[in-house]
Amino acid sequence: MGKTFHKPEALADTITHYCPGCTHGVAHRLVAEVIDELGIRGRTVGVAPVGCAVLMYNYFTFDFQEAAHGRAPAMATGIKRVRPDLVVFTYQGDGDLASIGLSEIVHSANRGEKFTTIFINNAVYGMTGGQMAPTTMPGQRTTTSPFGRDPAQVGMPIRMAELLATLKTPGYIARQTLLNPKYINRAKKAIKKAFTYQLNNDCFSLVELVSTCPTNWGMTPAEAVEWAEGNMLPYYPLGEFKTPEES
Amino acid sequence: MSKVLMKGNEAIGEAAIRAGGLNYFAYPITPQSEVAEYLSKRMPEVGGVFLQGESEVAVSYMIFGAAACGKRVFTTSSSPGISLMSEGISYIAAAECPSVFVNIMRGGPGLGGILPSQADYLQATKGGGHGDYKLLVMAPASVQEAVEMVMRAFPLAEKYRNPVMVLGDGLIGQMMEPVEFPEHLKSEPSNKDTWATNGMDTRKSKTRNLVKTLYLDPVELNAQNLKLKAKYERMEREEILYEPYHLEGDYKVLIVSYGTMSRVCRTAIDHLEGEGLAVGMIRPQHLFPFPAKAVYEAAGRDSCRAVLSVEMSMGQMVEDIERSVKGKRSVHWYGKCGGEVPTPEEVMDAVKKLAD
Repeated sequence: MGKTFHKPEALADTITHYCPGCTHGVAHRLVAEVIDELGIRGRTVGVAPVGCAVLMYNYFTFDFQEAAHGRAPAMATGIKRVRPDLVVFTYQGDGDLASIGLSEIVHSANRGEKFTTIFINNAVYGMTGGQMAPTTMPGQRTTTSPFGRDPAQVGMPIRMAELLATLKTPGYIARQTLLNPKYINRAKKAIKKAFTYQLNNDCFSLVELVSTCPTNWGMTPAEAVEWAEGNMLPYYPLGEFKTPEES
Repeated sequence: MSKVLMKGNEAIGEAAIRAGGLNYFAYPITPQSEVAEYLSKRMPEVGGVFLQGESEVAVSYMIFGAAACGKRVFTTSSSPGISLMSEGISYIAAAECPSVFVNIMRGGPGLGGILPSQADYLQATKGGGHGDYKLLVMAPASVQEAVEMVMRAFPLAEKYRNPVMVLGDGLIGQMMEPVEFPEHLKSEPSNKDTWATNGMDTRKSKTRNLVKTLYLDPVELNAQNLKLKAKYERMEREEILYEPYHLEGDYKVLIVSYGTMSRVCRTAIDHLEGEGLAVGMIRPQHLFPFPAKAVYEAAGRDSCRAVLSVEMSMGQMVEDIERSVKGKRSVHWYGKCGGEVPTPEEVMDAVKKLAD
């Protein structure tokens, strides 16, 4: 019997630093599979964020730039404007994209920059040790909201996919999740669609992935999946919020 | 090519194009917005890239992303805008990406004012953002020199794989002078395949390149800082540039002044000579590296009693002069900032006080 499952060429053969139960590994693999399937590894440039995925370039086998916190979309804009033939993606967490980098992502999407963003939403700052993010759920305890997020003080979580979908510029905006194999297959389809829109020079594309952070949530991986399904998915609905065809 | 009459800001934009700087990202700010206005028309004509970013912060990272692809890229701004860009400049210096930043200085601190100033000397020459890094800093004293410096800035940025700053006071951007443009340069850095993220397929090696600034291992980070330090020391050996003025005679006072201010000083020196008082001047054309040895030697002349820094700032260059003179002569300051340019008469009065 032949080999039926192998590591994507775009993924390096190495051990990652991610915690047990973290969904970054799944998201990385999906991006790598899509890059292999589209045959674009030799002309792809990734832009790494600040956060847990800052070292992601160690796990991929193509060109990478490492951004400052929140600035990945500005760097991707710079690359894509001077080298439109390259395939460019940013990979950003919720603190990075929805807090410090809100301006950069909104304006990149609004200009219709032809790159792809993979947005990991796990409702918490990971790398810095579990502080409150703009996406933290009401009542969710973090190291900077020890009594639970109080919407009266800090507002409700930002729904980035919905926010970006209000822009009039054509774009592809979707939200999927990595909580089980069925969802993971849907997430991969969305990621492939996002890269394909870029390859066709159609529009800006972003796939938000509802993810888990068992370490900073203080849960086992199984509890984290259950918590995300019960608490995050009702507030962060899955699906396509915008396609260039409908814009 | 014959001479044309051009406003400094427009001449700076045209000079960058002729240097192959065909990729421009910027955010409007007085007194340099004419560069962006000029290039928004010119870049499409020459097949270049023009993009107005959403903020100076974003612009500095557009520069970073494009520079990391090995393209000739630049921006222009003014003082408060440069403060916002300083975050990105620190990353670009850390990642060793060639790029050119033009600062047409206005008065500060804070919003300050929109009139000419030289109050960003320390920010420009000592780093400006966080961490141990330096910029090569060029200071033009005329529109013609601004053109020549902008054109030299690109190859110098590539030689050192470091950002270069052209630091002009607001007058350099706003005044019109006759200029002649040198020959075009070729438009691509030559050594980029060893470091640029320009797509693996485009390179012979077919190995991937990585542009990064994070070194979690303290030994590695120290080694990277030593590498950068060696580069700045090489600049100090190879890139000293200054113009001497009336340094032949037995001058009583040595002026150190740069940019438009140095032209006022020239007039003052000529008048003082007519009155029988000999004054010499060193005009640093590069502010980093600073011409420390030249200032030391000129200050050490037997006839020289004192050294005077004349600046449109509150004396930011004085500490560079003091460390150069090494206590041999007293170092003084005369200047104004906020947009008032000292007159030749005011400079003459300041010099006379030291000569008595």
